[in-house]
Amino acid sequence: MMTRILLLGVLAVLLIAAPFFAYPVTLMTILCFVIFACSFNLLLGYTGLLCFGHAMFFGSAAYVTGYLLKTTGLSLELALLGGAGATALLGLFVGLIALRRSGIQFAMITFAIAQFVYFLLLRAPFTGGEDGMQSIPRSALFGVFDISSSFTFYYVVLGITVLSVWFFYRIVHSPFGEVLKAIRDNDQRVESLGFKPERFKLVAFVLSAALAGLAGGLKATVFQFATLTDVSFPISSEVILMTLLGGLGTLSGPIVGAGIIILLNDYLADFGEWALIAQGVILLLVIMFFRRGVVGELDRVLRKIRARRAS
Amino acid sequence: MFDAISPQLIFGQLLIGLINGSFYAMLSMGLAIIFGLMHVVNFAHGAQYMLGAFVTWVLLNYLGIPYWPSLVLAPVIVAVLGMVMERTILRPLQNLDHLYGLLATYAVALIVEGLIRQQYGSSGLPYSSPIPGGVNLGFMFLPYYRLWVVLFSIVTCIGSWLLIEHTKLGAYLRAANEKPDIVETFGINVPRMVTLTYGFGVGLAALSGVLAAPIYQVSPSMGSSIMIVIFAVVVIGGMGSIIGAVATGYMLGLVEALTKIVYPEAANVVIFLFMILALLVRPNGLFSGAEKTR
Repeated sequence: MMTRILLLGVLAVLLIAAPFFAYPVTLMTILCFVIFACSFNLLLGYTGLLCFGHAMFFGSAAYVTGYLLKTTGLSLELALLGGAGATALLGLFVGLIALRRSGIQFAMITFAIAQFVYFLLLRAPFTGGEDGMQSIPRSALFGVFDISSSFTFYYVVLGITVLSVWFFYRIVHSPFGEVLKAIRDNDQRVESLGFKPERFKLVAFVLSAALAGLAGGLKATVFQFATLTDVSFPISSEVILMTLLGGLGTLSGPIVGAGIIILLNDYLADFGEWALIAQGVILLLVIMFFRRGVVGELDRVLRKIRARRAS
Repeated sequence: MFDAISPQLIFGQLLIGLINGSFYAMLSMGLAIIFGLMHVVNFAHGAQYMLGAFVTWVLLNYLGIPYWPSLVLAPVIVAVLGMVMERTILRPLQNLDHLYGLLATYAVALIVEGLIRQQYGSSGLPYSSPIPGGVNLGFMFLPYYRLWVVLFSIVTCIGSWLLIEHTKLGAYLRAANEKPDIVETFGINVPRMVTLTYGFGVGLAALSGVLAAPIYQVSPSMGSSIMIVIFAVVVIGGMGSIIGAVATGYMLGLVEALTKIVYPEAANVVIFLFMILALLVRPNGLFSGAEKTR
């Protein structure tokens, strides 16, 4: 217990001190993807649903949040909530359709619907089409706090991320989260106990969509633009990779995964196709040899050492 | 404004629809065959289709081997690569959740597409038609090569269907899908059969790639863009149903073409709308009988 508090303390100091040493925009990108990966983990890691087009929520919220900030005088937090609310609604529609099939077909349907959303946003009048939505203002937080400097804004993003991760933690450790895990492991058993798995899956899907939307809206305010890239399949694929690499169904796994992949992308940005090839190789290696992910494997090693010490 | 549409436009679009439908049908059939036996959704199918086209291009431009030999050579080469992939990547994953198979084949697709793009760039490479010319039917111009593609794909689809539904080999395949251990007691090497089936499905994808090379440009992204439609086709037709995949493939090609005539703006999304509608009306797939698919 003591070590845990100590660890959390060290982590807190590191997170607060980080923008003094690293480029705030990179740090904020990582934080946005931490939220995004958590939302994905809620589905795949805790409910057993593989959403193969999660970018549809990330990207459409980026547009909605951006649109709200550009055209209305809404303060930052309201615009973010608006984006998340819109994607929750989108999640409800998509969930109602895609959850008619389970397992692998659910994945394929979400993949196709995400492409549908992509085309709609490409043609929609407010998105700016191929050019994207430019110069999204960073309106004041609560209408008072000025967040135009990236350095200050980092702490806002950090706060939202901590809240989101805490929210995610509360969901998976609630009785509701226990039912989700039971559905993941054996949904017929859950059904025989009198629960309706479909309804739980739908709620999980909507929650995940909203959280992904929050991440997307936040990303739009960090970069001050929203583009079709945000809704495109590579983003969906990146979040899968982050979650699997970090560790499926672990709390800290997707956080670690998001950090590694964003830094890797940053590093490989100048090497053309090699960034994507590297992602493919990592994904393949994780699936073939390290299905527990970084955090899961570390956890196993630590447990082994502890067991050896105890004996 | 319907009177403004000329018959040339209508028949031209319908021909394009039939061509696209031929590719949808052949690719979906391969995907359905692989899924039917292995329960793996082969995400690499698009990449293997693209490889078929690239191998054809490479054979011509580096070795001087023309189209007709490539029609056999390229599918065989890509199928062998596929069988190696089945042994090394899919075999170790076969007892895990099927999602891992999907993700692993996706990873392979990502790597293959990335490597090809790194080597040959993103823009398409031209491949000239092996049967130039065409015939003027009065109401439209029909290039011979397109006629060849349509006929060839119909023959391939019927042939594959007969092979699987009406031969002893096909019966073994279907039996191995239902009860692999019992089929094994008859002295049939089921793992080898799985490898060959995967090779067959991959070969079909590559064959489609060879056929596509003279029609579409040979480009690294040709596979990933068609995969999205193929997924929708297979979902609509009912997973693992060969007839469903083929019929839905041709139908969607024509639906897409008709949309282009009536309301071009919607041509890109009509297939997805169709999928959503099909899921709402027939949640188990248009061509699946009473049995529940999973």
